[in-house]
This record gives sequence, structure tokens and C-alpha cells, in this order.
Amino acid sequence: MALKTDNLLEPHPEGIYCPAGDFWIDPMRPKPRALITHGHADHARAGHGAVLASRETLEIMAIRYGEEFTQSRQVAEGEIRIGEVSVSFHPAGHIFGSCQIRIRPDNGPVIVASGDYSRRANPVCAPFEPLACDIFITEATFGLPVFRHPDPLGEAAKLLKSMADFPERPHIIGGYALGKTQRLIALLRQAGYDLPIGLHGALMRLSRYHQEKGIALGDLLPAPEAPQLIIAPPPALGSPWAQRFADPVLGYASGWMGVRSRAKARRVELPLVISDHVDWPEVTATLQEIAPEEVWITHGAEDGLLRWCALQGLSARPLHLSGYEDSDSAPAEPEA
Amino acid sequence: MKAFAALLERLAFTPGRNASLTLMRNYFAVTPDPDRGWALAVLTGGLELRHLRPQLLRHLVSERVDAQLFAISYEFVGDLAETIALLWPEPAEYQVVPLAEAVALLSGDDRAGSTLARLLDRLPKDERFALLKLATGNLRVGVSGRLARTALAGIGARSLSEIEEIWHGLAPPYPGLFDWLTGGPLPQVSATARFRPVMLSTPVTEETLPGFDPADYAAEWKWDGIRVQLVCEAGQRRIYARSGDEISGSFPDLLAGLEFEGAVDGELLVARAGRIAPFTDLQKRLGRRTVSRATMTEFPAHLRLYDLLQQGAEDLRPLPFRIRRARLEALGEISPRMDLSPILPFADWDELARLRADPPAAVIEGVMLKAWDSPYLGGRPRGPWLKWKRAPMQIDAVLLYAQAGHGKRAGYYSDLTFGLWHQGALVPVGKAYSGFTDEELRRLDRFIRKETRDRFGPVRQVTPSLVLEVAFEGVNRSARHKSGVALRFPRVSRIRWDKPAAEADQLSTLEALL
Repeated sequence: MALKTDNLLEPHPEGIYCPAGDFWIDPMRPKPRALITHGHADHARAGHGAVLASRETLEIMAIRYGEEFTQSRQVAEGEIRIGEVSVSFHPAGHIFGSCQIRIRPDNGPVIVASGDYSRRANPVCAPFEPLACDIFITEATFGLPVFRHPDPLGEAAKLLKSMADFPERPHIIGGYALGKTQRLIALLRQAGYDLPIGLHGALMRLSRYHQEKGIALGDLLPAPEAPQLIIAPPPALGSPWAQRFADPVLGYASGWMGVRSRAKARRVELPLVISDHVDWPEVTATLQEIAPEEVWITHGAEDGLLRWCALQGLSARPLHLSGYEDSDSAPAEPEA
Repeated sequence: MKAFAALLERLAFTPGRNASLTLMRNYFAVTPDPDRGWALAVLTGGLELRHLRPQLLRHLVSERVDAQLFAISYEFVGDLAETIALLWPEPAEYQVVPLAEAVALLSGDDRAGSTLARLLDRLPKDERFALLKLATGNLRVGVSGRLARTALAGIGARSLSEIEEIWHGLAPPYPGLFDWLTGGPLPQVSATARFRPVMLSTPVTEETLPGFDPADYAAEWKWDGIRVQLVCEAGQRRIYARSGDEISGSFPDLLAGLEFEGAVDGELLVARAGRIAPFTDLQKRLGRRTVSRATMTEFPAHLRLYDLLQQGAEDLRPLPFRIRRARLEALGEISPRMDLSPILPFADWDELARLRADPPAAVIEGVMLKAWDSPYLGGRPRGPWLKWKRAPMQIDAVLLYAQAGHGKRAGYYSDLTFGLWHQGALVPVGKAYSGFTDEELRRLDRFIRKETRDRFGPVRQVTPSLVLEVAFEGVNRSARHKSGVALRFPRVSRIRWDKPAAEADQLSTLEALL
């Protein structure tokens, strides 16, 4: 049974539009009114007329794009009336400040647009909050049963073991500036590493921001001052920046590292399977837990998830949004 | 097998030889027997495991995973064993499974694969992957048997030569080996026809040669085949490559009908009626477990003898080369497929230089010099044996693609693909990784970044404008290369910043050398 959703949400190549409230969710191009789930560059763009987002997401956008990133902004708190619908923001567990957006029309199905989300404990953000809804919009970045992310602490331990195996070689790990870097640092602290961690310049501002917000990341230094262990944006690993370090062990932290051909293509010695997205067991368990009438799939490996929904007798459709890079790989987007 | 799986995973991503040695050393040092012995057997290729057919693996996974989800997953992952390892249901709780158990299972007879499935049920992902890679027989960790043995030499008091001396007398899981490596008693060595560590030479050039006295040295041609050791003891007949790997299966024609008892060192070649064939003919015989009669007739194996290491019960290795050579000559003909490598008469280095400049056959790579008084020492001792190779061949090629290097060259574009002109276009002919100084490396890196025309993943295509002078040891025909030729040991001898790309060489220059 397909729900009557005409006039409520329309998928477009550049994002999801809600005619009843005349707003867009995570639009790729400047729009008069945008609701933003989280601060990754493939969801949060500059140049909208008005932005509604969590306080943290607004702050992150201001750091990345400057205070002028939008004409007007509003912090999402409680339930907010827009046009003929009510919207509210709830934690998604993906990165600091990331939210799902719940849309409640006066008449019609309740929709939750989850954005990117994760079910793993993450010391740098609030956990995902399951919300009752009729339509659940999910990502499918890792929507294949081959993706079962291992315990991230085990991956941190792998890095520490490599540092013990090769104490004389600097370890440089590729990780994106927003989310992955801070998660990796927090994991290393949890795993007992309490020495200073070196950061590439491009990662410093957002990491300091996390610290200002009270997230304990320990001692962070510019890369050359803590060469034993460095985190850098992935493109820096193949750039002249990396040339100053003698015989480094290059690593890369991403959910894609769980598949060997993907890891090989990165040409790193130390692939670490650390992801801020739901893996297969998590996305399927989430769909079972929320049990919506219908599942909409935004981006990633839709085919796998569609097949699973069919086996479960769960109604599902792909939205074919084009603009979303998955923030775990995004080769052209240094920080997404 | 947790530590073993972690080692395999790490080795698969480690390109550097030294880093691989460190990882293996650390593994061997802390892993208990017999698991480390089984791991050593896997790394050295010393296990004959039963390989499972892909059909069977597909059947096993079909009992646990939806066929359509499997198909989508397999298409994404691209490797059957890996797809199955990733898809297989996770065990409820972690259990320690010794590598020995996996080896025992794969050595047994389980045609239906049901015991394999039950073991997979107990293993976490990395260990499932290791098990399935063992079961399908393509480990691909990029480690040679010799490198694994070199790692053994690093964990204790024994040298690589000492290890190789006993290696072929040991069988997996090598009881007593690790104890001996760290100072314990010599393990029981049972087998006959063992490998003896091969004596290698160090290079000399025109410049360094005058430092040696010509009267101290015997000279021989350096033949372009593969260096082997042939051992016949108590009915066992074996041929070893210089790495210590046994290659008897490829050369039954050489071993047939031998009456001799002992061990000889020589160059394995293909020869027809006394004429030595080019290296490409020998390649037709290498890397085969069995060889057809037709191949043996078309590419007959021949052994050119260099040295006598063992005669009957007597170990000749401590004797001087002069005596060993005399004893080798006194043996007479061992087989019609063997002859002596001739000793070249020369009075001084100038005379030898003239001989080297004009060798009687194309398959001669230079000359070998052996001190008359040198005992046969495994490894590469400095001084007693010298190789004076003929000058390498060179070609001017154009840089086409570049990829970043690893380790000390991380962040630098140092893996270079070069090409030659053919009908007005540049055709890739090979890759070179070395031959430049650090200063040149930095300049090259700047050039590549500046001249990048396109990118394919980690590979940069550059404007074809830089000429590289590439040195190499030979040219072979190759069906795998688009150009139809493959170079042996190519390296950059000079970067010709001055030379226009249009003046680089034609592909036909290489074809003429075939």
C-alpha cells in the first residue's frame, strides 16, 4: 500500500522539497528556505535564503563558509510550524550536531528524513534517536550485507599495534575534517593513547571547535610537532605536504576499507574500517525497530536494501538523488 | 588463527620488504608453536592443501544468504572468497581457533564442505577470510619463501645460511625449529638431497677492478639462465633454485637417468645441439608443476656446471675453488645434458675486458671472477666472487604516467610508466621505480604535478614531454603488454631534461633486439 504523499515531499535531483511547507532538505543548490541535517559539505551548502538547523550545524556552517553563509538562520528547538507542517530535529548519531528531521503534516503520514546516521556509540555526538513514523527516509551508503563495520576500538588498537611494530616511522592517517577526525582522536584516547596527536592544518579549526564545545580530545598539535601520529585530509597523503615525513606509514579511516579492492585502490599500508554511517546490520535493525509503512532510500547501495525490504515485505522506493557524495569517500570533496 | 589472519591482512597491504620482515619477525617472536610453524609453512608455500572448487563455496553460501543479495554483493566486492567471508553470518561469541585446526581441516577429505562450513560458523570475519584464502589457494600476500626465511634469521641467533642449510630437512609445522633459532639444540633433520645455501657474488666495474690481483682469480662467462643446485643422494634427485625453492617438477629431463651421487652448482639453460637458446626459451620451462613431452623436446634443458659441493659422502665446500674445480673436471661426463662452464684464460684485466666486450654467444651477461682459494660460502660474502656484467642496454623513452611511491617515497610520484614511438604515437613499454637521486626525485615530482593532463584514480597521465634514459638487461616478447615487448630490470639511468620527446626512440629499436 503506497501512502498518499503528494504535496508532502517531492524528491528532486538536487534534494527533497516539501511543497506543504515550501522548504528544501539538504539542497545542493541555493534555495529560499533550507533545512539542514548536518554540516558535511554535500548536505550543507552556502547561499540559501534561510537555514533551519541545529545550533552546532549552524556554527559549523559559519566556520566553513563564513558568517554570511545565509541571509537568515534559526536554531531548531522543539516543534516548529512551517506552512502546513510541523518539523522537529532529533539526534542522528552521525557527526557533532547531526540531526534527523521529523515532518508532521496536519493530515497525512509522519515522515522522518534521517540524513546520514549511525547507531554506534560515538563520543563526539549524541546517539541516534529512533522516532515513530510512517515514512522513514534512510541512506544506504553501506546498504550491502558485506558491510559489517568491526568494533572501532579494535581498529584503533590496530593503529597502536602498527606504531609499536614501526616505532621509528611516522603514522599518517587520512580522515575527513568534520566528524571522522574527531571520532578517530576520541577512539585513540579511549584506546589509551594519551600523547599529543598531530593534525594537518586543515583539520585544526574544526577540532578546536569540538574542544570549545566541551568534547575531550586531549592534546592536539600542528603535525610537525607530533610526527608519531598524524591525522590529515585524505588528499594530503599524496601531496607534497606528506614529503616532509620520513618513510611514513600511510593509513586511511573509512567504512570502505572493509572491502579489499577499495582499500587497495587507496594505496595505503594501514586501512582502518571506521565509519560514521550505519552498516548493514544496523540499517536493517533500524528499519525493523522503526517499522515504518514505507522506506525511502536516498543514496548509496539502494539495490541491496531494496532487496532486503522486499524479502521483509516492507514497501520501499529509491529516490535517486544525485548530489550526495557519501562522506566516507568523496574523492573530490576534501572535507566532506 | 587471529594473529595469523591479522598478519596476512597487514602483509597484503605492505609493499616494503623491510616492513614485511618486521611484521613477520614480530609475529614469529610472539606466536606459540605449532601455529607459527603452520603459518611459516603457508608463507613459504610448504603446504599441499586441498583446494576447494568455487562451485562448492557458492553452494555453501547459498544455504545461508539470499541469492540476489549474494549476487549484488559479489559484483561489488569482485572476489569470491572475500565476498563469502564478508557475508557469512557472524558467530554469537568469539572463540579461539588454532591455525592448526584449519590446516588439519583443509588437509582432510571433506567433499561436501560441511566441516568447512561448520568452522566458518565459528570464525570472525578476518579469520574467515584467511581460511577461505587458504581453501582457494590464492593467498597473494607478496611474500616469497626466502623472505619468510629471512625473517626467521631476524628473530634469533641463526643466520639465513644456517637456516637454509637445514630447511629442506624440515617438515611443517617444523617442531624444534623456533627453539633452535633462539639458541636451542639443532632439530631433527631427516630428509636427504637437501639444499645447500648458494654462494653469490658482488658486482665490480672497470673502476673498482684494478684493486684486485688478476692472478688470484679464475674467470668464467656469466650465462643468462637461472642459477640452480642439483642434488642426488640415496636415490633422491632434486633441483633447487638459488632461493632454495625446489623446481624438480619443471625439469624431469635433466634429472632422468642420473647415476651421480653428490651436489653440483650450475646454470640452467635451454640448449639445442650445444647451442644455448635465449632466456625467453628457458622461460617456457619455468614455473610449471609438470611439463609435457612436447615442451621438453622443443625446449631441452641443459646444465652448465660451475662447482662441485658434495661428492659421495664428502662435503667439498670448505675446500678452495681450485680443488673443487679440479674435482669437478675429474668427474667426467655426468650426463649428456651437462657440460662444464669453461675457465677463461687471461693474463690481466685488459685482456679480460677484451673478452668481455666480445663474448662468443648472445646469452652471456658478462664475466664471473672467483678467487682460486675461496671456499664455498652460502650468502653473498664480499670479495671472493665478483661479477663483471656487460654494460646494460639503454633506450630513450618518454614519461607517460606516474603513480606515488611508498615508504621513503610516500607523497612523491616515483613509479613511472614510459613509452616509445610507434607509428606516430607513444606506446607504453614498461615501468621503472628507481635510478634517480633524491634531488632528481623532487624535481621529477614537481614536473609531474605541473604537467598532469588527466587522472585515473591514483595514476596521473602527464604531458608526454620528458625523456627518460632507461637502462635494462634484455628484451622479451610479451603477449601481456600492448607493445608486445617486456624489458628485463628496467631502471632510469638518466633524466634527459634537455631532450625533446620527438627524439625519443622507436619501438622498432626494441623489436630489433628480440
